[in-house]
Amino acid sequence: MTSNPLSNQPSNSKLWQPNRALSKSVETGVKTLFALFAFVSVITTIGIVLTLIFETVEFFQEVSIWRFLTDTQWTPLFTNQQFGIMVLISATLLTSVIAIAVALPLGLLAAICLSEYAPAKLRKWLKPALEVLAGVPTVVFGYFALFTVTPFLQTFIPGMQGFNALSAGLVLGVSIIPLVASLSEDALYSVPRSLREGAYALGSTKRETIISVVLPAALSGIVASFILAISRAIGETMILTIAAGQNPQLGFNPLVPIQTMTAYIVQVSKGDTPAGSLAYKTIFAVGMTLFLITLTLNIFSYWFVRRFREKYE
Amino acid sequence: MFSSKVRFFAPLVALAIGISSCGDNNQASNNSSPAADGGATPATNTATGSNLSGKVQIDGSSTVYPISEAMAEEFQKANPGVRVTVASSGTGGGFKKFCAGETDISNASRPIKPEEVELCKKGNIEYIELPIAYDGLSVVVNPQNNFASCLKVDELKRMWEPAAQGKVSQWNQINPKFPAQKIGLYGPGTDSGTYDYFTQAVIGKEGESRGDYTASEDDNTLVQGVSADPGGIAFFGYAYYENNKEKLKLVGIDGGKGCIQPSPQTIADGTYQPLARPEFIYIKKTAATRPEVKAFVDFNYAPANQKLVSEVGYVPLPSDILTEVQTRFSSGKVGSVFEGEGSQVGVTLKDLLKKEN
Repeated sequence: MTSNPLSNQPSNSKLWQPNRALSKSVETGVKTLFALFAFVSVITTIGIVLTLIFETVEFFQEVSIWRFLTDTQWTPLFTNQQFGIMVLISATLLTSVIAIAVALPLGLLAAICLSEYAPAKLRKWLKPALEVLAGVPTVVFGYFALFTVTPFLQTFIPGMQGFNALSAGLVLGVSIIPLVASLSEDALYSVPRSLREGAYALGSTKRETIISVVLPAALSGIVASFILAISRAIGETMILTIAAGQNPQLGFNPLVPIQTMTAYIVQVSKGDTPAGSLAYKTIFAVGMTLFLITLTLNIFSYWFVRRFREKYE
Repeated sequence: MFSSKVRFFAPLVALAIGISSCGDNNQASNNSSPAADGGATPATNTATGSNLSGKVQIDGSSTVYPISEAMAEEFQKANPGVRVTVASSGTGGGFKKFCAGETDISNASRPIKPEEVELCKKGNIEYIELPIAYDGLSVVVNPQNNFASCLKVDELKRMWEPAAQGKVSQWNQINPKFPAQKIGLYGPGTDSGTYDYFTQAVIGKEGESRGDYTASEDDNTLVQGVSADPGGIAFFGYAYYENNKEKLKLVGIDGGKGCIQPSPQTIADGTYQPLARPEFIYIKKTAATRPEVKAFVDFNYAPANQKLVSEVGYVPLPSDILTEVQTRFSSGKVGSVFEGEGSQVGVTLKDLLKKEN
């Protein structure tokens, strides 16, 4: 009677042989299946990028890049065709800056409150509640901006027009608060307790601990959430299409109607611009610009997180 | 992760709304027995009765949309077996689908253009052109605007012409008597027949205007824009003014014979010029032989149903023209009386009658 489990017992191994072969083939099957799924998403991305590149190249064969970057008017659908992408970029920047001015402070403060001050029970309820806000469809936010926020702001801001960058930007900011709050809160919450206790042991107050220990320790995660929020603000479509108007004009006046890059793409795809025409190709050029901006931001965020990540334990 | 949630839910919500509205439709049509409806709703004027079934697909002008929508609703009450779907992707967008054979009827707020004639020829689509109503393309401003109660065609031109792009932005640039207030321009986009007609009538060349205005194919967006912008001005079909009277102020147009405001009266007698215009429907020749399509078209021209046209805010065709149109439809005469020249300015009902003959 041997108790050594490593000793080979031929009868047992024979017994298990057939099952092992089956598990192996199932394993391979599952692996292939998952690889296939992963592959589909990669292929999709490649396909999108290639489409963008091909159509954009065709566009730039007809319109010079210089003209695209320096014109001060954007009217590709009209007889007097002008292709100044800066008009759309300025609008996108304007609404994004307004949105971020709302979302970053509020989101971060909410995250600090949730992670540091709220009792565990409250946190358990507050966090999912915040995430529900993220589930509100953006069309709803758009009409909220148009029919509630704009009329309210008009009561004390003279000269504010029905469609404007300000109310769209503000509501856009509100819509991305959950993104900032939730991701920042994750970062703050994962800062080890020992660090906070160390700070308390040195005689810091709670505020001092948060500002000088917890926030710096969670910095990379917080910045990543900020950059994701900025990307989201730049790429947001429905709120801006509904509430910011569709009037391409250059400048940074938040009280007049503007047209962002995404709103332009919606306008063209909603109408019936013939496929293959120059006006049709503009949406790919605009899409490419949008893609490059968010790609740059994401790469920066990736680099930042890698560079400044603090590792504990 | 959040955007993916939204993207996941949005179609679901849309689907749910879609399903529930379909359910409502079916219920409404099932509940109303054709016999009981006979007295309440206008007679169909067809001998076919209500045992018709099938589908009628309509797309095109957002200006004609309210008429088709009202007709479809009443028609479906009387003929529960027929489903009439009405969409509004603009006159140009409608013709693109029509010439590709996707729709049975295309609504248009201007006659078919040469390119579209060509497109339909390529798609092997023959069509019957029928006028459906008369509209006065209305120019409106914000109710707070107390200076622009009348505008000359020339003033409109200075406001909207391509040369004004980026230059004309204040009301006093249009007329020195007006205040130095910012102009907010709202208008239909380039796919719209209303846009084509307005540019033809005001600027003198179809499809030419400035591009820096708030352009939307959705006329309700334009209503919303002007009603919230003190310096705003917009143009669209009369029905959209009629339905939003309290939020808008109508502008009289001086086409050389003094100031005239659009109204059913001035639109019908042709004094509202140059912006009074006929609206059309184009019926696919092969679809016109289908009983449900034929019944629907006949329903549109039944004298009893013309009150639906005025209810939604347009001017119905007078009875003599109605008869002409019905004859034209039953004879199945294909092609356009405008020889595919696009927007025509100053076509009165009398001219139309002459051309229809």
